[in-house]
Amino acid sequence: MNNNSFVLGLKAGLSIAIGYFPVALTFGLLAKTSGLSIWEATAMSIFVYAGASQYMSLTLISKGVDPILIVLNTFVLNIRHFLMTAALNEKMQSEKRWIKGIYAFGITDESFSVLATRKEAKIGTAFAFGVAFIAYSSWVVFTAVGHVIGANLPQFLQAAMSIALYAMFVGLLVPSMRGNRKVVMLALIAAAINGFFFWTGVLSTGWSILVATLASSIFVEIIYAKHEKRKRIAGQLKGA
Amino acid sequence: MGAWYWWTLLGMALVTYIPRAIPLTFLEGKELPPVVSGVLRNIPFAVLGALIFPAILYVQEGNLLFGFIGTVVAFTLAILFSNVMVVVLGTIGVLAVYSLIF
Repeated sequence: MNNNSFVLGLKAGLSIAIGYFPVALTFGLLAKTSGLSIWEATAMSIFVYAGASQYMSLTLISKGVDPILIVLNTFVLNIRHFLMTAALNEKMQSEKRWIKGIYAFGITDESFSVLATRKEAKIGTAFAFGVAFIAYSSWVVFTAVGHVIGANLPQFLQAAMSIALYAMFVGLLVPSMRGNRKVVMLALIAAAINGFFFWTGVLSTGWSILVATLASSIFVEIIYAKHEKRKRIAGQLKGA
Repeated sequence: MGAWYWWTLLGMALVTYIPRAIPLTFLEGKELPPVVSGVLRNIPFAVLGALIFPAILYVQEGNLLFGFIGTVVAFTLAILFSNVMVVVLGTIGVLAVYSLIF
């Protein structure tokens, strides 16, 4: 494995690790108040490793919901990862299946965003491992820490840190938007559709993000395909 | 929690891992039609839009102003610096000061 590229991955993943710190800490705290032991809470972060699903499961567990429904809801929330890893596969260096099967475990909304917005044409396996490793470590360690120290962090800091993950998404998106109308359209249309589902309450969060992402990606691709075709025809006419 | 908790955990782990692993391992070496790979290349930017909005406004329940200030600061920093760490730490810093004062 390429050491240098692994270290670069760790550096790129540091912003995720920082973003996870308050979220994992809060998860640990909530798990404690939901009646989970430190082992049960930490085991969930070790084996499931999906923020939104874990938060949701705490709510469902404390309401005494049927375990089968908890698993089903988790699946619905995670369907979007099918899209993300399929998209990411286009960008990843060719590699043995079982190795890709390992770092696939580390693909979250955040690590996907960091990897997929990289400028280079192909992303190396070692780099992906670096990003996944530092983010995962932060998630697991701070779940346990959260269970232990709970709410000892000053309130004003806890409140401010709730923005961390979103600030990271903004920091990843905006530089790609510059001078690229397609990217601007993709993000704005997906945000608008997701907002519509959110405020009308037509779809739950997991489905809403999935549908908004797909609809925007397909719609913009169709517009651009037409645009390209018109440009090609215009070019041919000029040539004739 | 009883044994059911660990069974639930196993179920959750499986349905979380499968959508992550199947496309990465089974699409390896397969050429997708250009339209499909075009749509797939669009997904990162569309998903960021959907992940950010409208959830960023609701990070503090019942305090839309908090989320709004965070949004404005994050976008301003991202336009000025295009460095993720500056955006994350800067936004946390500004909101920490805001929370201390109000």
